[in-house]
Order: sequence, then structure tokens, then C-alpha cells
Amino acid sequence: MIEQRPVTIEQLETAAQPEKLRRIAIEPLTRVEGHGKVTLLLDDENRIQQARLHIVEFRGFEKFIQGRPYWELPVLVQRLCGICPVSHHLAAGKAIDQLVGVEQLTPTAEKVRRLMHYGQMLQSHALHFFHLSSPDLLFGFDSEISQRNIVGLINAHPDLAKQGVLLRKFGQEVIRVTAGKRIHGTCAIPGGVNKALDSSERDYLQQDIHQIITWGQGALELARKLFMEALETNQQFARIDTHMMSLCQDDGALELYHGGLRVTASDGSRMMDKIDYREYDQHIREEVKSWSYMKFPYLQHLGPEKGSYRVGPLARINNCDTIDTPLAEAGRIEFRSLNNQGLVQSTLAYHWARMIELLHCAEKIEQLLDDPDLLGTDLKLSGEMRQRGIGVIEAPRGTLIHDYEIDDDGLVSRANLIVSTTHNNRAMNESVRTVAADLFNGQEITEGMLNHIEVAIRAYDPCLSCATHALGKMPLVIELQQPDGQIVDRLIKDTQGELKR
Amino acid sequence: MTNSFEIDGITVPFSNGQTIMDAALTAGIYIPHLCHNPEFKPHGSCRLCTVLINGRSVAACTTPAGEGIVVENETHELVTQRRLLLKLLFVEGNHTCPGCEKSGACQLQAVAYHCGMLAPEFVHFYPKRSIDASHPDTIIDFNRCILCELCVRASRDSDKKAVFNISGRGIQAHLTIDSPSGKLADSAFNSSDKAARVCPVGAILPKHKGYNIPIGQRLYDQAPISQVGDVAKHQEVADE
Ligand code: SF4
Ligand code: FES
Repeated sequence: MIEQRPVTIEQLETAAQPEKLRRIAIEPLTRVEGHGKVTLLLDDENRIQQARLHIVEFRGFEKFIQGRPYWELPVLVQRLCGICPVSHHLAAGKAIDQLVGVEQLTPTAEKVRRLMHYGQMLQSHALHFFHLSSPDLLFGFDSEISQRNIVGLINAHPDLAKQGVLLRKFGQEVIRVTAGKRIHGTCAIPGGVNKALDSSERDYLQQDIHQIITWGQGALELARKLFMEALETNQQFARIDTHMMSLCQDDGALELYHGGLRVTASDGSRMMDKIDYREYDQHIREEVKSWSYMKFPYLQHLGPEKGSYRVGPLARINNCDTIDTPLAEAGRIEFRSLNNQGLVQSTLAYHWARMIELLHCAEKIEQLLDDPDLLGTDLKLSGEMRQRGIGVIEAPRGTLIHDYEIDDDGLVSRANLIVSTTHNNRAMNESVRTVAADLFNGQEITEGMLNHIEVAIRAYDPCLSCATHALGKMPLVIELQQPDGQIVDRLIKDTQGELKR
Repeated sequence: MTNSFEIDGITVPFSNGQTIMDAALTAGIYIPHLCHNPEFKPHGSCRLCTVLINGRSVAACTTPAGEGIVVENETHELVTQRRLLLKLLFVEGNHTCPGCEKSGACQLQAVAYHCGMLAPEFVHFYPKRSIDASHPDTIIDFNRCILCELCVRASRDSDKKAVFNISGRGIQAHLTIDSPSGKLADSAFNSSDKAARVCPVGAILPKHKGYNIPIGQRLYDQAPISQVGDVAKHQEVADE
């Protein structure tokens, strides 16, 4: 039986006397869109004392959009991220609705945007689960690197791999129908959308939706089974106890597009609810640390030490009281029965929660396709111009905040974005520390340690290309360094998964 | 018996006083162009309409049609030359099609596709240029101006206002606005002016309306520029 070792997020990354610590750095060799680097600091007894995941974030963007016309924002911000451009498109779209003084969209406009959003969520979750994570989960974290990728999956489980590809393709088709293109399309405009669906587009999506729901059920069942098969190990792996934040409907139902902010404390008690997200800056602050480009958000009333939280599928499925689609709701009830009193805190439960959401999105798409509003002609509203607009959405990886101010001419004068991965910054560090501390033998960096750190980071589905590479292709360098800078051990893994010392 | 000449082997009729461009447009033959608009006096500055008459390069928009002349238009050499010109235009300004609201209805982009320009070749200048959003209805993004002088001509000849001008020479050349502050809001410009509807690119645009037309329904989404023709031709209709 695994020792119960609850770790709280407060124990985090700041060691008491960092200058006395040795360092292990894990650094990727190729840098495509952003890169991560893990530094592990050891104390004199060779215990892992501190973990720092360094992520280069594209903060230059807030500057880049300054001085641009506000109506360009939903299209410009799509270039922030090659992985979830639609989430940025819609968060900016919601912000500019407020800039033109529109509080409530027409039913058609809102439903077209929701359809697009569910399509994006479905394709992103399918990509993450089938392409990136299921090989780890099916073959084991320490299995042959050459097998532990999508090609290995295709060989061993061809049906599953095919479902993953087709689920993703369906989500991309939903995006294409609503945005005109699979990537970098247009849809959200100030106060509405630029098109609805026509009946042939609806019929086109409708013909596959039942199959998609069936596959979604299969994916959820697989994620559940994989978690339950090694329940105790999975529950403890990279586990940390944190508060959780997400949007929720006012009646407590799961909400991905629009709602109030809800925060549940790590002990399961409700901390905040039905908060208008336009007041986010009264509740969330961002801490800057000298060693990281990425900020560390925290709940203002708890302070930086105690106020960090997690977002994303795990937070959303824990936070909501119900799901308004039947199959996903059944999945939620089973998931929550893992811990009826408090929250399900297991980091690997992210995968399970993610598949509950995938199924929910498929069910939502089915409902929307039956809704005549989707074919409506009332696309756009207008109102009195305002100076500030804040759009918040639940992106695949968690709560996404876009906050803009414009000048009298309609040009952006200030922008603040908090992306999902940033909310999870502190939690990811702590999960990495937990895993590293469990596996470090006090001597050298082992391949097992490297693999497990990757799996822990990936559970959060962070938005950095190095972490979303197929496992075994994440190029890494781990260095064991003494305080004087001398490197005492180094483990290098290249893009082919070859190890060198 | 009408006068006629030949473009790439096709017989094209013309009447006295018509340029090669006029006659080609009437006959439905596309000669790539950017600074030409049949409503205004030809300017001959972009050189995109360069054709060959007996091996001699001339601008089709300023050269009179002549009985029996033989004009080469879509030859390999000329298309290659046009592609080069277009690539230079792209690097001189900041033309980032994926984010631009004019994408899909931009003449520069459409001509570039027509001439087979699929990727940039040269290092971009990334000039630092501003936006004039002072006017309540119209915005000017100088990043995208290709100095075709169509707005200059439209404002001067059609609106009788002379709001726009080109100042400076060579690489320093830039569009200026005639007003005390240099801002559009302080000029005589009105969004119902002809000058508001002639820009072939995304430099002069109505405010608050970007991306209103979905992908698939934009001007050049359905058919290429050689069939659809100029942006300005469709502008008045679109504004209704
Ligand atoms: S603003 Fe447009 S019409 Fe005027 S010179 Fe520039 S490109 Fe030509
Ligand atoms: S169109 Fe003839 S020179 Fe520009």
C-alpha cells in the first residue's frame, strides 16, 4: 500500500536556502514554439527540495496588439497559439462584444459560437488523449520509447488510433463549418458572428454525430478503465492538493462558454461562486518570479503562498454539481465517487475528466445541430461603445482571460491576457517536484525519472510545444549541477528518444 | 470596320483614344494592374500592367491602342517580372494577410495569386508605420498603403477636395492627409466620398466592420481576379 503523503501546493518551489542546493536542469534541445526547462534543486542530503518548470511565454503579444483596431482582435489573437486558436478567438470575441456594448448575443450568434467552441474542445481533447497521452497510459511510462507514441498505438490498437484521428477530424470540421477554415478562420465579430449554418452544413455534421458520441463513450470508458486498473498508483502519482477554479452555470452545472467564476477549496468547501468574471482582477493577482517568464496567479484573498489553484478539466469536473447532458453526467457521478467528501485531486485524473468533457461536447453538438436557431439570420447586435471589455472562456486547458481597453478612436491601449497554462504554473511545478522526489535515487538522473516527469507535465496538457510532442520525442537535457556550477551528471534525450550521458 | 489589335493571339477591337488597358478591359481580357481604375486618369506608376509590343516594354494603362499592334501579356517572362514586382510590394509594407480584414477581397493579394506568388522571397522591411483612426467612420492603416494614388486622384478629381497626397521620394514616399493636424478627422474627408471606396488594398477601410463577410463569400473566394475584376468596381455595391 502506498503511503498517504498529501502534499499541499504551499510546500512549493522556494527552498529555504537555495544557495546551498545542487541543481538538476532538464532542458529541451529544440525550441519550436516555446520551450520548457526543469530545474531541480537538491539539498545537502540529496533530496529534491525545489522544482522549477521554466516556460517561455509569448508575452510580447500584449505589446504587439497595442494600437490595433479592436475589431481585429479575435483574428489577431488566434496567432497566439497554434494549438487552441479558436479559444483565443472566442475569448477576444466575448471581450469585444462588451466594447460595442452588447451584453447578450442573439440566440443564433451565441449558438454558432458555442458550436465552434465545442468543436474546438472536442478536437483538442481527442488530440491530447489519443495522440499524446494514451500511449503512456496503455503501454506504461517505462515501456519502450519507440513504441510509446502514436505509431505504436496504431500498431497495437489500430481501431483506437483511428477513432482518435476521426474524433479530431470531426471537431476540425465543426470549426471549418463555423469559421470558414480549419485554422485561422473568422466567425466572432463585435456583437455577433459573421455567419450561421445553412441546412446542408448542418446535415453534413449531423450524419456523423451519433458515431462521434459512441466513440466518445468508448474514450471515456477507456480513460476510466486505465485509471481504475492501477487505482492506488494513479491516485498518488504527481498528486497535490489544490483549490480549483472554473466557470460554472448559476445552477452549478458544467459550463464551458459562459458563466460565473467558481472556486472550490482543496477540502471541498465552496470558496467563491457566481462571480462576474469581469471582476476577475479583484480576485486574481499575478505574482512575478525572477526565474520564470511565466507569472504565478493566485487568489488575492489568500495571498501568493496559499492562493494558488488549478484549472482545466480536473477543476471543471470537480467544481460543477451536475452536467446538463446525460452521458457525461453519468460519467461525472462515477468520477466524483472516487472521493465523495472532497475533490478528486489526482493529477492523472485530468485524463479521465478530459474524456468526460469530450463526451459532453459531443452531446452538446448533437443538441445544437437539432436546434433551428443554428440556421437563423439574426447574427449581430450593437450598442453603446465602451472603453473596456473582458472576455473569459473555458478553453480546453482551463480558464482563459482576455482583458482589453481601447482609446476614443477604437484602438487597443492596454491588454492583459491570462492563459490557461499560466493558472496551472505553480501546480505543475509542485507535481514535478513530487514525482522527482519520489524517484530520485540520490545519485544520478535515471531514465525512469525523466519519463515520469514528462508524464506529470503532460497530464496538465500545458500549451508548450515541447510538452505536446509525442512522448519519447520530447527532447530533454537533465543536468545535475552543484552550487558552484560544476555539472556532476547529465542525461540527454534527443528527438528520436536516444539517450546519451 | 472597327479598329483592332492582338493580345496573346486574341483579336481585340478598340475605338480611338482607348488605351491597351481600356480595350482589354472592355473585351474581358485581364491585364494585371493595381494603380489603374477606369474612372480616373491613368497614372502608370505601379508598372504591373507592363506588356510587350514588338519586344518593347510599355505600361498598358497609359499606352494607346494602335491598329494591328501585337501585344504580349501572359508570357512566362512577363509573369515572372510581375511576380518580382509584387514580392517587392509585399516587403515594402506590412502586408500580413492572415490577420488582415481585407484578406479575400484585396486586389494586391488577388493579383499575387493570379501571378503565382505563393510565398515571400525577400527579407521584409517591416517599416514602422502608424494607423489614423481619428475619423469616426473611416480608418487608415498606412502599413498597407502601396502608393497607387487612387485615393489622391479620387479626392482631387471626383470629390474636389484633395484630402490625400503623396510626399517624399523613393523609399521615403508616403501618403499624407491635408489637414491642420495631419489627421483624417480634421480634414474635409467624408466617408461617403469617392476616395473612401477606391483603395485596392486594406489601407482605407470603414471602421467597426472588419470580418463581417464570412470566408467563402468574400470577393475573390469564388472566382479569381481575372474574372471578378477590381475591388473598387464592387465597393459601391458592397456599401449599400
Ligand atoms: S491609401 Fe490605398 S488608394 Fe490611397 S495610395 Fe494607398 S493604397 Fe492607394
Ligand atoms: S496599372 Fe498600369 S502602371 Fe499601374
